[in-house]
Amino acid sequence: MNVKQANKFGFSINRSRLIDYDTSDRKVREYVTLREPSFKLCFACGGCTATCTAGQHTSFNLRRLNTYIRRGEIEPLREEVTRCMLCGKCLLVCPRGVNTRNVVAMAAEAIRKLERNEL
Amino acid sequence: MNSDLFITPFNLGLYFILIYSVVRSTVWFMNLSRSDKLRLQRGFFGRPFMDSLREIFMESLLHRKIFKKNPLLGYMHMSLAFGWFLLIVFGTIEADFFGEKHLNPPSHAIFFRWFNPEHGAEGFARIYNVWMDLLLAFILSGLLLAVIKRFTPRMMGMKKTTKHTWTDRIALISLWLIFPSRLLAESFTCGAHGSGSFLTGNLGASLASFLPAAEIAPYFWWLYSLALGTFFFLLPVSRYFHIPVELLLIFMRNSGITTGDRHSSYTEVQTHACSSCGVCISVCQMSYAAGIHDIQSAYFIKGLRNDRDIAAITANCLMCGRCEEVCPVGIELGPMRLIERRQGEREDGKLRLAGKYAVTRIRSSIEKIPTQSFSYLAEEETEKADILFFAGCMTHLTPSVIVAMKKIMESAGVKYRFMDEQGGVCCGRPLMLAGRDREARELINHNSGIIWKSGAKILVTSCPICYKVFRESYYLEATVMHHSEFINLLIEEGSLRLGYLHRKVVYHDPCELGRGSGIYEEPRAVISYVAELQQASQERSMSLCCGGSLGNLTLSSGKRALIAADAARTLTMDSPDELITACPLCKKTFMQATKTKVSDIAELVAAALPKPLDKPVKRRTTRTTLNATGNG
Amino acid sequence: MKGTQKHVIIAGGGVAGMEAAGALAEMGYRVTLVEKGQDPGGHLLQWHALFPDSRPAEEVKSYLRKRIGNHNITVITGTAVEKIKHHPGGTVTVNLSGSKEEKADAVIVATGFDLFDARRKEEYGYGIYDNVITAPELETMFNGGRVTKADGSVPSRIGMIHCVGSRDEKVNNNHCSKVCCVTAVKQAIELRKMMPACEVFCFYMDMRMYGPYYEELYRESQEVHNVNFIRGKVSEASVNINNRLVIKVEDTLAGRPLKMELDIMVLMVGMEMAEAGTKLAVASGFRLGINRFLEAGDHHYGNNLSGVSGVFYAGTCTAPMNITDTISHARAAVAETVRYLDGR
Repeated sequence: MNVKQANKFGFSINRSRLIDYDTSDRKVREYVTLREPSFKLCFACGGCTATCTAGQHTSFNLRRLNTYIRRGEIEPLREEVTRCMLCGKCLLVCPRGVNTRNVVAMAAEAIRKLERNEL
Repeated sequence: MNSDLFITPFNLGLYFILIYSVVRSTVWFMNLSRSDKLRLQRGFFGRPFMDSLREIFMESLLHRKIFKKNPLLGYMHMSLAFGWFLLIVFGTIEADFFGEKHLNPPSHAIFFRWFNPEHGAEGFARIYNVWMDLLLAFILSGLLLAVIKRFTPRMMGMKKTTKHTWTDRIALISLWLIFPSRLLAESFTCGAHGSGSFLTGNLGASLASFLPAAEIAPYFWWLYSLALGTFFFLLPVSRYFHIPVELLLIFMRNSGITTGDRHSSYTEVQTHACSSCGVCISVCQMSYAAGIHDIQSAYFIKGLRNDRDIAAITANCLMCGRCEEVCPVGIELGPMRLIERRQGEREDGKLRLAGKYAVTRIRSSIEKIPTQSFSYLAEEETEKADILFFAGCMTHLTPSVIVAMKKIMESAGVKYRFMDEQGGVCCGRPLMLAGRDREARELINHNSGIIWKSGAKILVTSCPICYKVFRESYYLEATVMHHSEFINLLIEEGSLRLGYLHRKVVYHDPCELGRGSGIYEEPRAVISYVAELQQASQERSMSLCCGGSLGNLTLSSGKRALIAADAARTLTMDSPDELITACPLCKKTFMQATKTKVSDIAELVAAALPKPLDKPVKRRTTRTTLNATGNG
Repeated sequence: MKGTQKHVIIAGGGVAGMEAAGALAEMGYRVTLVEKGQDPGGHLLQWHALFPDSRPAEEVKSYLRKRIGNHNITVITGTAVEKIKHHPGGTVTVNLSGSKEEKADAVIVATGFDLFDARRKEEYGYGIYDNVITAPELETMFNGGRVTKADGSVPSRIGMIHCVGSRDEKVNNNHCSKVCCVTAVKQAIELRKMMPACEVFCFYMDMRMYGPYYEELYRESQEVHNVNFIRGKVSEASVNINNRLVIKVEDTLAGRPLKMELDIMVLMVGMEMAEAGTKLAVASGFRLGINRFLEAGDHHYGNNLSGVSGVFYAGTCTAPMNITDTISHARAAVAETVRYLDGR
């Protein structure tokens, strides 16, 4: 739906330049929020990303992942969600008590379902 | 009215359950892997068979384990199981000995009094009658306790008891009816004929004094037979199926069959061997500390048995292993949950009739679609080292542990290389706990490569989570040691000069190190060497989980805090100066939960090192560490 | 004077307690100021200069010392208030440490705050590594006129770590301590003035410049003093082979993890309810809020009321505050106390 709408317009604007909040895909956000409510608590301090074991080796960034999901920007996440090692350091760092590992797991699940049109 | 037709329900039920048991056992046997089949065949003609008989007698009949935990509960189970067993044995002997002919059909033994109403007037038969009445009274006393337990579990010392499905409920009612109806049926018959012993005779006589006993008796014989028949018919679809299945489980286990890493006949047998006794619920910290009452192993097994969608139950567990430790049937609950976590999504979580009653249910054997990919990990160059120190991810958040280990190794003159000083790659255990073994394998291969290339003979780690996976799932030449073992080794070989700290400390066994890897003695030896070790009320194999476990992906931080606070309270009951643990995760979790000082065992030892100002530390030149690698 | 015979005991001789004592004595009340430390003055004693205008802390200290010089005030030091009880008829009894008991007509609780013990945030390495210090320890260095590393050498890069022990569920503190952001900026400027060759970085989650001239100070720190700001919570610190601190943080504005070597790491430790105050509250039956500070009768117009007749709250025992607000709050507590005593 959203993709179709976006295709109708958008020739003058490069889509990636703008977070179009009105046409953004909120399904992933809803899926994650429902299954891991602590997702909402993030205040973007970046502690998780600072300590991240996988982040030392690759572009994985939990804080950014969290923000993207909230904004409905799913495209950049497809690859990224597969890189977490579930080691749990972020869980020990998070000052807001976000259940970080489950956020990643739920985001990955949501994206997989989205790809199969099950969401 | 006085026809023998009433035995039909009993006969039908009995033959049904006998045939069903044979068929089901055969299918289970057929579905075993080749090697497990061989194990079972060998076991049948060897020691395992005798061991099983003994175990069946001690556990399935006498219920020794439950007896030790809770004598009242043990008595309840024993009186029902052992009492019924004796009643059947002596009933058969009675029918054989006093009946019209030898080798009677089972119904003649069960309904002996009906067929021989005048029996037992004098002599040996009279004494035998007392014995039979005694057995019935024994069972009835247990039944009374069972009824009390069902309605007021607290009176039996149980915190919680399991919830029932409707088939369970009908089966339960029929089970409860069996013995009272036998009592009344026998009493009325005895009353009508002036026979019977202290129980049936006296009750019968008093009933007959104001009731037409001879007319009423058949109704109770019908009830008795119906109760038995119903119970037998419902057996395969109720929790009471555990009674016959447990016998098979004992035999399979004694033959050397283990759970493995996927569903099999053996997991089926374990699923059905669970009696839903609820002991696992009582010890579960998620239940009594965090108020989560629907995920315990009894419910997990029940969900498996009834083919429900139990994904949420499966995920919501600390994997601490306390329930497995107390399970009277010995079901491998941890591995069973891991298997379930490993499963791909079910195509249909709904209950399918055909599936539910099929002899063996088809479970999805597809593993989860890979969700992670670590192809981004570049190969690393490694320096050679005999001793490799791997702090672990979590330990980087408890730098005092790293600093302490550095001090200790320096003081003992150990030459080592710090493998993940700049940060390493996760050991893979958290992924395995989430049921993602295939993804974990990528990390295992990466780390294994580094360890192999270093040529290390000893791999020391500060994290019990890493320790367990290094030992069990890595193929390494190096001896894997937790730092408590390594420090113990250094003390034993005399490389470490330590003072004595005048502190009272209590030790917390981390789940993965204690129950997970069986390391109980080394940490205690080390602690006792430098300080006064207090005993904890829950320790060693019954040690509590700190609540921080990585085995649970879904538990909220609030619930974790509740578990941590409860565990910390239990550990610091005797107000120790310090709470010692051997896991960075436990340390972090407890630091948030108690005002008592929390330290890692390495910190305690480092505090006992001679101060550099006291005396110049003599460096030992002889390093025997490397010769002692066989000690792991 | 109508109140000469009336006696007020003040628990805690910090900024709030001293100001309240002075104000009451001025009006003719007899005041006993009970301080558990050796000298009145509280946390201010450690301070060198104050935000936002870098005035010497000594000026405020001497103002407060003068304030309690009034002959109506008796100062008892080295003594803690352990329990406060209101009796029917209006007398309030106060149990002091050493099994002493005092009677008063009213009591003002001004037990203040404790600084967060940075050891509880183990990953920052306080007490483990040299050169990890707290903000008050830096003030002490300012008092000594020299800021050096543990080995005496001059630092070339210093990091100020905001929110240590504040806004952090992991240490059971969800509240904001309010004054640390501006303290960090103030100290950063002082460091830059003192050592122009030394780089200073502030690692913050949010810059909360809530008071008058605070935002201006923030601007000045960038404009004049070249203080650097990186938005991200430091996750952990370690030490490298050169014995320099290495911190890990995400530069959340660049969206990438960042590693930085530092010579000194200053932890901006937050405020917590004082332990002595908590004990007093538990013994006396005062309500504690979810932030574990004393819960006042009303957040808007009863900010000094304890809920117990004749007992009033002043200063940071109710919430984190700066000095300005603490003095105002203490004066308000005095007003409430006088209103109470006059009404009896």
